[in-house]
Amino acid sequence: MRHLISIEDLSRDEIVKILNLAEKFEDVARGSRTLKILEGKILANLFFEPSTRTRMSFEVAMKRLGGDVINMTAQEASSIAKGENLADTIKVVSKYCDAIVIRHPLVGAARFAAEHSEVPVINAGDGAGQHPTQTLLDLYTIRKECGRIDVKIAILGDLKYSRTVHSLIKALAMFDADMYLISPPQLSLPEELYDEISERAKVVKLEDVLEELDVIYVTRIQKERFPDEEEYRKVAGSYKITVETLKRTKSNLIILHPLPKVDEIDLAVDKTKHAKYFDQAFYGVPVRMAILVEVMKSERF
Amino acid sequence: MKDFEVKKNKRELVISKIKEGTVIDHISAGKALLVLKILGIDERTRETISLAMNVPSKKMGKKDIVKVENKFINEEELNKIALIAPNATINLIKDYEIVKKFKVKLPEVVEGIILCPNKTCISNAKREPIKSRFYISVKDGEVAAKCHYCGKVLKNIAEHLL
Ligand SMILES: [Zn+2]
Repeated sequence: MRHLISIEDLSRDEIVKILNLAEKFEDVARGSRTLKILEGKILANLFFEPSTRTRMSFEVAMKRLGGDVINMTAQEASSIAKGENLADTIKVVSKYCDAIVIRHPLVGAARFAAEHSEVPVINAGDGAGQHPTQTLLDLYTIRKECGRIDVKIAILGDLKYSRTVHSLIKALAMFDADMYLISPPQLSLPEELYDEISERAKVVKLEDVLEELDVIYVTRIQKERFPDEEEYRKVAGSYKITVETLKRTKSNLIILHPLPKVDEIDLAVDKTKHAKYFDQAFYGVPVRMAILVEVMKSERF
Repeated sequence: MKDFEVKKNKRELVISKIKEGTVIDHISAGKALLVLKILGIDERTRETISLAMNVPSKKMGKKDIVKVENKFINEEELNKIALIAPNATINLIKDYEIVKKFKVKLPEVVEGIILCPNKTCISNAKREPIKSRFYISVKDGEVAAKCHYCGKVLKNIAEHLL
C-alpha cells in the first residue's frame, strides 16, 4: 500500500493486517512502551479545513513512533490557496516529508493530491467524500470491544450525508456484519449505496431491534439539514440515546460515535459501561500508527 | 444492406460519397452534433465535415451520419462515440471504397470529455492541472460513468459532456 485514499482501495486482508498491527501498537500509543520505528521520518499534516481532533491524533501517532510532524493550519492553507494551486503545494510539500496527511473541503482532493505527490498520501477527509482512517478505527473498536466484526449493529442518525457512515457501511458489508439502518426519512441512506449492501442491511426502527444489538453507532443529525429549528428538534429528539433506551439492550452492548457529539447521546449515558466512544477516539492513535508504518514501509520491528 | 451500397445504388444520395476519410454511420437520431462535440470537431477543424440527420434506416427507424473527409480518426477516439451512440458503425474510406468497417466499443475510461456534475468535486477546481476521468460500465442496459475523483455515477452522459 502506498496511499490511503478510500476504504474501498483496501482488501479485507489488508484491513485485517492494519488492525492486527494496531493491536501491537496499543501499549506504545498509551505510552507504556517506547518504539521509535519512525525515527527520522517527517509527517506533513495539511489541513485545508480545521479538524483539531484528527490532526492531533495523527500527530500523537507519529510522535509515539519517534517521528516528527510539520503542520499547516487551515488558516495558513487558505492563504496558500490564494496564491498557489493544490497540485503545486503537494509537489513542494512532498519534497519536505516522508508522508502527507490531507484534509480538504473538495471531494477527490486526496486522490488528486496522491497523483502529484512523491510520498504516500493519507486521506483525513475530503469534503463529503472519504475518511478511511475513521472507518479503520471504527472497525478496530468493534473488533476490540466485541471480539469480532460480524456483529449486529444499528447505525443511527444522518445516513444521507455522513461520509463516516458511508465508508463504515461499505467496510462492515465486507466483514459480513448485519446492519440496521435507522434515520429520519429525509436523511436515509442514498439508494445507490443501499443497492450495494442491501443483502446485509435492513431499514428498521430502533425499538424493534434493541434486544438483538451488539453495537449502536450514533452520528450527528445536523441542524442545517432541516428547514427550521422546530422540525430539527422534533426529529433529533426522537433519535436520542438515553439511559432509558439501554434498559432493553444486551448487557454487553456498546455505543460508538465518531465525535464530536452534541446532544444525540444523553450525558447520563457517558457514565454507563456501554459508552465506548472515548475509547474509540483513543483507538484512533494505534490505528493511525499502523497506517503510518504501513504507508512508510519502515522496516519491521 | 450496407450504407455504402445504398449510396452506390444512388437510391438516395443524402450526402455525397467521400473519396477518403471516416464515415460514422448508425448514430442514434439527433446525436450527430454530440458526436462532433465528442470528437472535438468544430469550426477550427481543417477537414470538411458533412452531416445528415434523421436519415431513414431499416435497423434504427431514423439515424444520423457524419462524414469527415481526408482523415482517418483513430479507433480509441472513435470509441468515445459509444458513450452516446452505442450502435454507431465506422467506415474508413479510401478511393471511394470501404477499407475498414467496425462497430464502436465502449471505452473503459474516458478523460476530459465528461463534466462532473458534483460542484464540490476536485475535477471542477478552476486552477488545478486536472482532467475529468470517468470509468464506464453498463448498468441495467444503460451506459453509466463513475467519476474517478468523487465517485459520482452518471447515466445520462449526453447531458454532461464538457
Ligand atoms: Zn466528480
